[in-house]
Amino acid sequence: MVDFHGWSMPINYGSQINEHNSVRENCGIFDVSHMTILDFKGDDAELFVRKLISNDIKKLTETYAGLYSAMVNEQGGVIDDLIAYKMETGYRLVVNCATRGEDLKWISKKSLDFKVEMIERDDLSMIAVQGPKSSDVLSECPAPIVRALESKKRQQGVYGNNMFATKTGYTGEIGFEVILPHEQAVNLWQNAVDAGAVPVGLGARDTLRLEAGMNLYGFEMDESITPFECNMSWTVDFSDADREFFGKKALENFLKDESYNELVGIMLDERTILRQGQKLWFNDNEDLNGIVTSGTYSPTLKKPIALARIPKMDLKSCFTEVRGKKVFAKIGPPKFIKEGKEIFKERL
Amino acid sequence: MSTNNEVRYLASHEWGRIDEEGILTVGISNHAQDLLGDIVFVELPDIGKELDAEEESAIVESVKAASDVYTPLSGEVIEINEKLFDEPEIVNNSPFEDGWFFKIKLHDSSAFEDLMTEDEYNASCEE
Repeated sequence: MVDFHGWSMPINYGSQINEHNSVRENCGIFDVSHMTILDFKGDDAELFVRKLISNDIKKLTETYAGLYSAMVNEQGGVIDDLIAYKMETGYRLVVNCATRGEDLKWISKKSLDFKVEMIERDDLSMIAVQGPKSSDVLSECPAPIVRALESKKRQQGVYGNNMFATKTGYTGEIGFEVILPHEQAVNLWQNAVDAGAVPVGLGARDTLRLEAGMNLYGFEMDESITPFECNMSWTVDFSDADREFFGKKALENFLKDESYNELVGIMLDERTILRQGQKLWFNDNEDLNGIVTSGTYSPTLKKPIALARIPKMDLKSCFTEVRGKKVFAKIGPPKFIKEGKEIFKERL
Repeated sequence: MSTNNEVRYLASHEWGRIDEEGILTVGISNHAQDLLGDIVFVELPDIGKELDAEEESAIVESVKAASDVYTPLSGEVIEINEKLFDEPEIVNNSPFEDGWFFKIKLHDSSAFEDLMTEDEYNASCEE
C-alpha cells in the first residue's frame, strides 16, 4: 500500500503484470474513489462550466453523457484534465485527486461572479470495471440501473438508485465506471469480483493507460503545458466564437507560433525502460531534443514504450543514452493498444 | 566446517551459493524481488569476464526501477542464466533456484565466510 495524495492505495494486489493482462484479456476492477467528484448547480451552472473548461458541454445533448476536457489557466497551461457530465440538473466534473487542491482554489476564485454552487461529493465512491469481459460483469450486475448501461454508447451514462454509471475508462478497453454511495460500492465490488473481475492496483492502472496513450497529470501535462502539446488539441473547442472560456486568448495566441512541441509515442526494441525526464535526441544537433514524460514496459507488447514531448517537426526516429550506450527508438502517434490490439504506427 | 551449498548474502540483497568446487552461484534475494516488483529485463555479464568483489555485474529492471546487481565475491564468470533474457519473471517466481543470475569460479573460496549469514541478512532487512 502507498500513500497516494492522502489515500492509502495498493500498487498491486499481487502481480502488476498479471493484473494488467487480466484487463486486456478478461476483466479487471479498480477502486478509483480517490478521484474528486464535483457537482455544479444553480442558474449559472451551464454558463460557468462553459467558461471553466476548454471543451464545450453544449455538445452534450443527452442527459448523463460525458465529455473529456482540459481546464486551463489564463496562460493556457493545463490545470487539470477531467470528464464533464450533463446531469438531470447541472453538471458533474470528475477531476484528478493529485490536483484537487489547485482545482478547488481555481474554481472557487473564478466562480465568485456566477450564480453557481459547487458541491464536492466526498460521500460517493467510484468503481471502474474494464476489459473485454466487462460486459459479462455488467449483465450479471444485480443493480438494474447499471445493466441499463448495456445499450448505451461510449461516454454515455445512466442514473438511478443513487448510482451513476457511465461507459468510460482509463485503459483503452471497453468497460464502465460507477459513481455511488460508499456502502453500495462495497456490494458492487463484491458482485463484480464474484462475476470474475480481478482487482487491479495503481501499477497496472498506469501501464494500461500508457499503452492506451492516455495522459497522467504531472507527467504528460502540467500548468506550463498547453493542451496542444499533450495530445489534447481535440478538447479545445473554438467553434462557438462567443464562448470566452478561461485561457482561450492565450491558446489562440499559442497557435500563431508555428514551432511548438507535440506528444508522441516511443517504442524500443532494446531491453531497457525509458523513465520520466530522460532526454531524447534526433541528430547531431544537441539543442534539438525532447523529453520522456512517462515510460514503462508494455506487458501487452512485451517491449518498452514511452510517451514523450518532442519538437513538432515530423521527426521520424530518436535516440537516447542508457548507461553510456546509445539506444535508438521509433516515433509514432501516442497510442499503442486499443481493445487488446496493437495500433502503434511508426513514422516512416 | 562444510561450506557445501551454503548460501550467504550481501547487504545489497544478492545471495551466493557455494559448491565443493569453489563455484559461486549468484542471484537476488526474495526480499529484493519483492521490493522490485515484476521484473521485465535482466542484463548479465559476459562469460569469461573477471569480476571484483562487490563490483556491478548485472542489471535487473522491474516495472518500478533499474538496479545494479553486485557480485558478492571476485571470480571469473563461467555460466550465465540465459533463460532470464526471455523469461525474466523467473526471478520473481523462483529467486533462489531457477532465477539465479550467473556462476563464478571464485579466486578465493575462503572469503565466502566473510559474507553475511542468512540471519545477519534478515536482520539487516528489518533495520
